[in-house]
Amino acid sequence: MLKDKKVIIVGERDGVPGPAIEECVKSAGAEIVFSTTQCSV
Amino acid sequence: MKPVLKGTSFVLVHVPHIMTEAGTTFSVEREENNDSEFLQNAPNHIRTFEECLRYAPNQAFIGNIDPESLDSLPKPWYEHLIEGERFGKFGEIMPEDEFYALMQIADVFDLVLLEDGFVETIKGKLSNHPLINANDVAKLKGKPHMEIEKQVNENGAIPLKVDGILVGCVRKAHDKDETLAAHVMLENLATKASAILALKHLLHNAQIDPGQIEYIIECSEEACGDMNQRGGGNFAKAIGEIVGTLNATGSDVRGFCAGPAHAILHASSLVASGVFKNVVVIAGGATAKLGMNGKEHVKKGLPLLEDTLGGFGVLISADDGVSPVIRLDSVGAHTVGTGASPQQVMSALTVNPLEKLGLTLSDVDKYAPELQNPEVTEPAGAGDVPKSNYKMIAALAVKRGEIKKDDMDTFISEHGMPGFAPTQGHIPSGVPIMGSAREKIMAGALNRVMVIGKGSLFLSRMTNQFDGVSFLIESNNGTVEQQTGKAADEQKLRTLLADALRDVAQHLRSSEE
Repeated sequence: MLKDKKVIIVGERDGVPGPAIEECVKSAGAEIVFSTTQCSV
Repeated sequence: MKPVLKGTSFVLVHVPHIMTEAGTTFSVEREENNDSEFLQNAPNHIRTFEECLRYAPNQAFIGNIDPESLDSLPKPWYEHLIEGERFGKFGEIMPEDEFYALMQIADVFDLVLLEDGFVETIKGKLSNHPLINANDVAKLKGKPHMEIEKQVNENGAIPLKVDGILVGCVRKAHDKDETLAAHVMLENLATKASAILALKHLLHNAQIDPGQIEYIIECSEEACGDMNQRGGGNFAKAIGEIVGTLNATGSDVRGFCAGPAHAILHASSLVASGVFKNVVVIAGGATAKLGMNGKEHVKKGLPLLEDTLGGFGVLISADDGVSPVIRLDSVGAHTVGTGASPQQVMSALTVNPLEKLGLTLSDVDKYAPELQNPEVTEPAGAGDVPKSNYKMIAALAVKRGEIKKDDMDTFISEHGMPGFAPTQGHIPSGVPIMGSAREKIMAGALNRVMVIGKGSLFLSRMTNQFDGVSFLIESNNGTVEQQTGKAADEQKLRTLLADALRDVAQHLRSSEE
């Protein structure tokens, strides 16, 4: 589903952080164009 | 020497004006769109002091109700106000006018100017405060209203208002240095003053003389310094100076929201090593975070719930045989190499330190991760942060075969608690449990509690990492460790000498007879 797609990642510290999503998305063959982790508290 | 949790304090300061003046959600909005709907509507969502006082999570924070009782109270809590007291067993909720005066007491560079008439009125109010003494009140001095207006209108001073009326200002400390600009001085003096309030309550609660404190670790998220060393510090000693801890030095520890957990580990290590016997960990509040989620609160018709500065104090002392023990033989740490997945993070902070002690996740009676009040975060889309953390701990317990998947909710209700702390960054990060946990452990209602601090290091743009540390608090078995090494040898020598002198005296007395 994500293969060869460009992906923007917005993670959350107390949910799933950006770097963890990056690993999943990379393994699915997507290109990460931006990744960040938010802190809402 | 075992380090023990000798006392705690928790304070709030209701600062609706400072929220609208210095909260970054407000200040950025003013810069970008001064006529915005949010800024126009916000004044209608400001709570009175009475409403802030009667808000159940605030009463839980200062110790008047058990945080765990919040789940049984009708929600939303902001609509179902309870009977509230200004003072609680852990601290108090201070109103903004008295806090302006406390900021002037905290200020040693004449940066906080207060109007003549206001000072006369506030002196009367503060004279009735149980922990603010005559020396503190004597520091208050007034200025003509015109001078304050001039500072605000011509010199960029930040106005201080009560019910919309100008009663004072905070001025810049340097003409060129942005590190000493008026808004920075307001931020730092508010942090310092709220920490002073927390320290006064801590000394009172722990029944300890200020002179017995040997070291202070301050762990807020602000930076004090000048343009050549903008985070030079040191808040800790500046706070101790005002409170009169004459035998203490100190330093500041930083780590975003994880700062307090790191600071408590530092303090406990200083006590365990015998370097100091009484170490205070202290933090004041963050003006920048006031009203942080205010746009969503206003849009959804809620009051502006982030209208309080938070502060706390923790006293770590040498073992007294009764106070709960901070365990240092196994602590949790999210290291550089841990990884970022939720499973890796929570394993590093909970499973790993427990395994080292031969314990399971179920052996911890209560976990205290982020304890933010969900009523503040959920309307802003950030969810129930404590519950997210508890779900992950429960999921780890399932994965390890400790509990069944169907028992996750039971695990969460038994080993978790509702969030009740203000979204003041470092303030809610685990530590707010320490007041009630100390009492419950000493009463035998709890045996083991884990405090988990997590920090968003990526916000500084120095790293993409975040951070976390955790530690266990346990009941004291009453066995005070005996001295070992040189101290024990010296004690033995003293006993031998005393015995010998006693024999000589006895011999002489016998000879005279």
